[in-house]
Amino acid sequence: MNVSAGSYESNDCLITLEPAAELECIIHSVVKEQFGEQIELVLKQTLAGHNITHVKLVINDKGALDYTIKARLETAIRRMRDLDE
Amino acid sequence: MTKKPIIFSYKQLPEEIDIHDFKNISFHHHLRNGDTVLNNVLQIYENEHVKKLNLFPSAIFPAYTKILDLLKNNQINGITTNYMNGPVADYLSHQPLPGKITMQTHGGRARRILNNQTTLDIAYIASPYVDPYGNAIGYKGKSVFGSMGYAIADAQKAKIVVLITDKLIDTKLEDPEIDGSYVDYILQVDSIGDTQGIVSGTTQITTNPIGVKIAKQTTSLIKELGLLKNGFSFQSGAGGISLRVTENLKEEMVHLGITASFFSGGITQYHVDMLEAGLVDKLYDVQCFDLAAINSLRKNTNHMPISASVYANPEDPNQVIKDLDIVILGATEIDYDFNVNVTTDSHGKIIGGSGGHSDTASESKVSIIVSPLIRSRIPLIKERVTTITTLGKHIDCLVTERGIAINPKRQDLIDKLSKTNLPLKTIKQLQEEAFKYTKQPKKLKKYDTMIGDIQDRTNKIIDHLYKK
Repeated sequence: MNVSAGSYESNDCLITLEPAAELECIIHSVVKEQFGEQIELVLKQTLAGHNITHVKLVINDKGALDYTIKARLETAIRRMRDLDE
Repeated sequence: MTKKPIIFSYKQLPEEIDIHDFKNISFHHHLRNGDTVLNNVLQIYENEHVKKLNLFPSAIFPAYTKILDLLKNNQINGITTNYMNGPVADYLSHQPLPGKITMQTHGGRARRILNNQTTLDIAYIASPYVDPYGNAIGYKGKSVFGSMGYAIADAQKAKIVVLITDKLIDTKLEDPEIDGSYVDYILQVDSIGDTQGIVSGTTQITTNPIGVKIAKQTTSLIKELGLLKNGFSFQSGAGGISLRVTENLKEEMVHLGITASFFSGGITQYHVDMLEAGLVDKLYDVQCFDLAAINSLRKNTNHMPISASVYANPEDPNQVIKDLDIVILGATEIDYDFNVNVTTDSHGKIIGGSGGHSDTASESKVSIIVSPLIRSRIPLIKERVTTITTLGKHIDCLVTERGIAINPKRQDLIDKLSKTNLPLKTIKQLQEEAFKYTKQPKKLKKYDTMIGDIQDRTNKIIDHLYKK
């Protein structure tokens, strides 16, 4: 089962998580050329902060700032954990 | 005056005109995304396999898709225009022409046509209301669009002038916008397009809190610069923030009991309301942005249609914008030298063009750029813009939601503002503020295959377009 949070609107992003054998981040972003590495860093730091290592993360980003990406990911993580309980 | 020959269908065009021989053909964009004339005329060029065409549309909108077919058939040599957006612009960003793209300004286009630097063979002019003598106006008829400003120079100079109309009247038109003495043919069709298509998505006043804040700061800036006085002149265009500034100025004017001498450029409901409220003496209208503007043109004698030359041609003795005090303009990017880009996005894709941007910035006493500091994580301020639309020497102020930057070349403005409470910053400080939120963007790779020129109204090439 996968969970998602956010929206595919300007200045926002849609993040989807599903359980996986290892950590995988797939980044689609309108600003990937300029900020792709920064987006990956924020995603990985946030996942690490929640001790998540076995997940497939897909982000569809339309220029969200770091704190938006982080907030959307944390919501997705909570939704995933709610589902587990 | 003699009656003009009438052509009864697009298909009949090649019988009357040698479309293979005359390669430089022009169109105007007053019907914007509602225009069907350009596509229908070019369909004939496709059917007849005309090669090596040079197109001179005053602008290219997303609906002008027949250009795309001709591009794919390799029928087009070069394109000269003032603005392009949509599938044609996307295609041209990736596929070089055999010739090149030339981006002009509204004033520069008229200038070059009138002083014979641009040779137009055939002008195809969508015309809502035409008499048998070839006189035409744009603010009456079935498919009204208001001012015919961008088509006037074409009518005066093209070797062959064809008016395309869906309303041919019997009586003689007095005081026309297009003078019938220049006209060769009248092409009568069922419809020239959809009036509703002239209303673009941008002509709505912003309610976005960032836009509201920028508009408020801009109004304060105009006041502190001492520009808000009886008889001032103003141009705002149709951007959401600019229109908000117009609304704010209206309140200030009522409060101060002052009136403006004229508003110029593209005209909207907001400008018309101020005319009808007696807050501005005259509207000089080169383009109607909504239906209220068209209705006003029909009934208000102080709302006047003007040609692109009278609007913004530096060689025209009656040029309206040389008397302009304030112009409010947008920007996709602005750089340390205040150069502004509204032609390409930060990835080099063509998304617009000057229109009247660099004309009005050049002539206006004070030019003000209004823009959010960040759009979808892309910072507005760059060390160097991707494409120069308007040279920084013509740009005086930048107003963002986090402060105002004044071009260091305008020490006079900086002095005037030094004792005010306005949040003045350098353009680099504003960039730093943006980077705090976005982080520093990685530099994108430079493209090096030149596909076009950016031509200033002075005729100088100020930058180039590159293949993505």
